[in-house]
Amino acid sequence: MLEIRGLRKAFGSVVAVDDVSFTIAPGQILAVLGPNGAGKTTTVSMISGLFPPDAGEIRIDGQVSRSDTDPIKRRIGLVPQDLALYDELTAQDNLNFFGALHNLTGSALDHAMAAALTLVGLGDRMRDRVKTFSGGMKRRLNLAAGLLHDPDILLLDEPTVGVDPQSRNAIFDNLEQLKDRGKALLYTTHYMEEAERLADRLVVIDRGTVVANDTLEGLYARVPKPAGGGRVTLESVFLSLTGKSLRD
Amino acid sequence: MLTPFLAIVRKDLQLFFTDRRAVILTFAVPIAIASFMGSVLSGTGRQVQRARVTVAIADEDGSTISRSIVAGVQKDDSLTVTMATAADARERVRKGVTSVALIIPPGFGAGAGRSFFRPDAPARPQLGVLYDPSRSAEVGMVRGLFTEHAMQAVGQEMFTGATGRQTLEEALNGLDASSLEPERKQRLRTMLNDILQFQQTASAAEPAPARGVFSMPYTVNEEAVTARANVAYNAYAHSMAGMAIQFLLFAMANHGIEILLERQRGLWKRLRSAPVSRYVILAGKAASGTIISLSSLLVSFAFAIVVLGVRIEGSVIGFAAVCLACSLMAATLGVLVAALANSPATARGLTTFGILMMVMLGGAWVPMFLFPSWLQNVTLVVPVRWAVDGLDAMTWRGVGLSGAVAPTLVLLGFAVVFGAVALSRFRWEEA
Repeated sequence: MLEIRGLRKAFGSVVAVDDVSFTIAPGQILAVLGPNGAGKTTTVSMISGLFPPDAGEIRIDGQVSRSDTDPIKRRIGLVPQDLALYDELTAQDNLNFFGALHNLTGSALDHAMAAALTLVGLGDRMRDRVKTFSGGMKRRLNLAAGLLHDPDILLLDEPTVGVDPQSRNAIFDNLEQLKDRGKALLYTTHYMEEAERLADRLVVIDRGTVVANDTLEGLYARVPKPAGGGRVTLESVFLSLTGKSLRD
Repeated sequence: MLTPFLAIVRKDLQLFFTDRRAVILTFAVPIAIASFMGSVLSGTGRQVQRARVTVAIADEDGSTISRSIVAGVQKDDSLTVTMATAADARERVRKGVTSVALIIPPGFGAGAGRSFFRPDAPARPQLGVLYDPSRSAEVGMVRGLFTEHAMQAVGQEMFTGATGRQTLEEALNGLDASSLEPERKQRLRTMLNDILQFQQTASAAEPAPARGVFSMPYTVNEEAVTARANVAYNAYAHSMAGMAIQFLLFAMANHGIEILLERQRGLWKRLRSAPVSRYVILAGKAASGTIISLSSLLVSFAFAIVVLGVRIEGSVIGFAAVCLACSLMAATLGVLVAALANSPATARGLTTFGILMMVMLGGAWVPMFLFPSWLQNVTLVVPVRWAVDGLDAMTWRGVGLSGAVAPTLVLLGFAVVFGAVALSRFRWEEA
């Protein structure tokens, strides 16, 4: 469904992403892992059309987006890392606006809004202003805004940052439901346990390049089992691939 | 593309009207300040007490003429006079208590009388004028009023008073030694003799200076030129134009800053990831800004019309055209702010300075005649000037539709330039 080939992006002399390639199939969750500044958000930004790559291509079912208004962009839903919501507006007003950006109006918009809010468990708070929401509720609404136009591909950039375990668990349930509906999900995160729970396949990026693209089991097999019969963790695999030096 | 466009406009309006401070700043504050400024600068056609200039006078002469001048100046309803010593007068100006001080030196009256009939008088008395350089505009006014009273006092004394007789006799006696041509000298002698004879007759009939025979050769009929002869100037019209434009510019700068904040909060990413053209996004922003600006202008003037008695004496269509063009100009300025500034903090600093400069140069706060001529020419490229001129023309000046054409076109021109620069410089890419 989503095919990324040889993506490259530089900001001045800094190469943020270099020769990144991967694919995501319908009903699959791909976790993109990487230290801070590895190029995860830049990759997501290019896929969602925020800026063009310097090289490489992004194909959705073989088609390339040609312009800002290319209808193919409707097949992608973005859930940014920031809480991209208007605090002063109600949840309903926020979704009205984001839905209209995808040309949703009238009953179609109402149905989409109801479905998205129900999925994230905010149906009873739709008329409340977002500024009255907890961090977890805002995260869930952030997810609902990305789902509103029923995209085939959902790009989730660290969607659980700063939320409590209950909200995080609720978001996981939502994502698993979306996967079951055949959506393709690209999920960037720093949390290894999230990737272990959700991902069908994992891409590890470091310093702008892909250092691993494998299943969870494939990654586990890359490092020797610890002495004493302990279990290999994704974190140990991640650290062995990216090193232990600080990246901030 | 209409649905996203309308959504952007509707969302911006919702956000604007949920921000109570923004609404107060845009609608209530200009009305309050314009009402205050209008009431301070003038009344709405009713007779109000004229603003007075404070003057300190040190009369070191104490002659009949100097006392007469001081009496005339004290009666002038444009001046508030305080008598002082020369040193005290200087101190009052230095401390800003009075804006102008006049020092009448010893011998001023006699010297002024001699000089009155002696074009070749060797030395004329010198009036000392001390003034506050920060209020230099008041000096000219005081000098003019003093001249009027001095001419009356000197003339009256010369034609009817004792000093005048003595001065005339001195002038006649000194005529032989004068450097004037013989023929002119003879004519002057004849004139002085006639005046002396007239003065002796007048003095015998009525003691001088009970009734003056010399006065200003003209009187002044002051008329404020407005839309029609019977329409009084309403200062609220001008102050409302200035204040309304100032605050809608601030509101639109804030509108631009909101775009930068949307970018900071990640909202721009969601906007840009949707299949919406960048032209629609900026057009939506400009349209919502125009609606807010236009509402602000119309509410301000509605208040001025209903409460303050302002009237659109010119063309209503012209007024609407100027308002619309002004609103478009302000809205595109907001988008330009978003395009040029790197951060909300930078934008706030730059726009506060820029708007205050534009408003000042546009004549909303200070009359433009106070500016040097080069600066007055510079104001032609300040949109606020055109907006204020256009609104003035359509309200209290009572100019017809033709008076709205130039301001409207110029303001639309500014809107096109601001919009084009914003479009070309807008940072679309999100890192």
